[in-house]
Amino acid sequence: MTIEVKNLVKKFGTFAALDGVDLKVDNGELVALLGPSGSGKTTLLRIIAGLDWPDSGEVSFNGADALAQGARERHVGFVFQHYALFRHMTVFENVAFGLRVQPRAVRKDEAAIRARVKELLDLVQLDWLADRYPGQLSGGQRQRIALARALAIEPRILLLDEPFGALDAKVRKELRKWLRSLHHEINVTSIFVTHDQEEALEVANRVVVMDKGRIEQIGSPNDVYDNPATAFVHGFIGESIVLPVDVADGAVRLGDRPLALAVDGLSPGASKLFVRRHDMLVGPPGSGAFEGAVQHVRTFGPVQRAEVALFGGETIEIDAPRDRELRTGDRVGLEPRRYRIFAG
Amino acid sequence: MTMQLTDAVALASPEAKARAHAEAARKNLRTEPPAVRIAIISAAILFLTVFVVLPLVVVFAQAFSKGILAYLAALSEPEALAAIRLTLLVAAISVGLNLVFGLVAAWAIAKFEFRGKTFLITLIDLPFSVSPVISGLVFVLLFGAQGYFGSWLREHDIQILFAVPGIALATTFVTFPFVARALIPLMQEQGTQEEEAAISLGASGLQTFFRVTLPNIKWGVLYGVLLCNARAMGEFGAVSVVSGHIRGETNTMPLLVEILYNEYQFVAAFAIASLLALLALITLIAKTVLERHLDEGHEPRDH
Repeated sequence: MTIEVKNLVKKFGTFAALDGVDLKVDNGELVALLGPSGSGKTTLLRIIAGLDWPDSGEVSFNGADALAQGARERHVGFVFQHYALFRHMTVFENVAFGLRVQPRAVRKDEAAIRARVKELLDLVQLDWLADRYPGQLSGGQRQRIALARALAIEPRILLLDEPFGALDAKVRKELRKWLRSLHHEINVTSIFVTHDQEEALEVANRVVVMDKGRIEQIGSPNDVYDNPATAFVHGFIGESIVLPVDVADGAVRLGDRPLALAVDGLSPGASKLFVRRHDMLVGPPGSGAFEGAVQHVRTFGPVQRAEVALFGGETIEIDAPRDRELRTGDRVGLEPRRYRIFAG
Repeated sequence: MTMQLTDAVALASPEAKARAHAEAARKNLRTEPPAVRIAIISAAILFLTVFVVLPLVVVFAQAFSKGILAYLAALSEPEALAAIRLTLLVAAISVGLNLVFGLVAAWAIAKFEFRGKTFLITLIDLPFSVSPVISGLVFVLLFGAQGYFGSWLREHDIQILFAVPGIALATTFVTFPFVARALIPLMQEQGTQEEEAAISLGASGLQTFFRVTLPNIKWGVLYGVLLCNARAMGEFGAVSVVSGHIRGETNTMPLLVEILYNEYQFVAAFAIASLLALLALITLIAKTVLERHLDEGHEPRDH
């Protein structure tokens, strides 16, 4: 099932939760919607599910208008951040719910329902919890039951809203791996919302980075990390060094010091230079675009993290390999192996 | 054994002793002297006895003052039976209506955002803040011979005042808040996620209501119905204004109690009153049981 979203706009009062969003998801993809809270990612997910309605724009599944259908007809599996399990039903009945509410004409008989629920509980490896109530389960178990419940209706699309948001770090890591392999197994087109970049980069085939109701970048995990399209993406994904620079007269300046950096395609004016910490290569003085004095060094396993006061103002932290030990007071040249300059 | 314990205390480290002293001091700070405590508790008990227990005892004592046969005879008078029947009928109607209204109102308030919501919540409480006599008068002004709809009703030969419909209306009005009040906080707390989950799993609106919403609020519904019923059966003021006190026809139990009492038929009056008192006691017990279920909230029950 492919999902296509065109020019979606949704306002809550004067706040634009979605401000013209276009997105296409291919059959069998596992896509992450990544962004800070308030970026509109959950609203987008809920509109695709039919739990919210846009002010304008289109949503289509396999080319057919989805907005003409309610949530009930869309056949979309939705997994809620806080699980939303039916608290008065056993785990078994929770998973069976979607099968039991089907119209009589297509409803499976009791034996078939039991078999299907058993199969799903096996899939999420929790068949031994069938007779428990949701309140008796751990967070991770509840989330897996919520997933089994959503899968019971053989959804055309699986949508997960911050699926691991309420879980502790260790359980999250386990469930991430598990979700990836589960997706591999059932191969249903899936979108999940997260504000955790590590989660998005680790689990998804494709990452959609959102901010303030707009899509900032769509790309593979490597893409959004290595080639951020906007200043926001560069700052949001991975840790970056941000330097205020000035582009004028065919040169990039840090303070009053010109930097030996290419200016092709840059618009003049105050700009921001983004570099990853590990993309600053350390060399002897005069060897790179920047020069500075080492203020402080700490070592973390394979890297040494050095605080360097740049000539031209600004102190930055870089990560360097330990093949050449840095010492406080060293003068070093720094060459950004990969960097981006954004206007503003 | 005792010796050993005392030794243990005596041998305890200075820190432990200091801690024990601090503990004792804190305890003393927290509790008043025994005399004050006894005085406060006896004041409370005395008050409850005089104002609650004593009247209850008097009701039953008076009801049975001429023996159990007189009591039973008073209750099987045609007038008494008619009043009991009418009270049950009116309670059934108003509890039924308020169950539906209360559910709808609570649903609207808890699950949707709309303009004027706060106003609606305030409005729901109106019957609690208005004197029941006024509540009854409103219906006289609307449906009485000189009321807004009076002449129209007479032309079409519809009797509302001084008949069952008027009594049921007044009672429904007065008892309206109970169900809604019990449900609003409960439903607000539960939110809409379970309903959303049910719908995305393919459930229809009715299936969602009966399989998800209702099971989640059933204790709240019962609680509201219980209080609503108690008030409906006991309502005096509003009903008194609209009933017309037609003997054997429009007298509910509370009205009949007053009439019999004014006619010096004490045994009969208190016999009926004892039924109302009994209802109160049963309501109280049921309320306690329901509150326990509500407190458990949504904790799962073991098999």
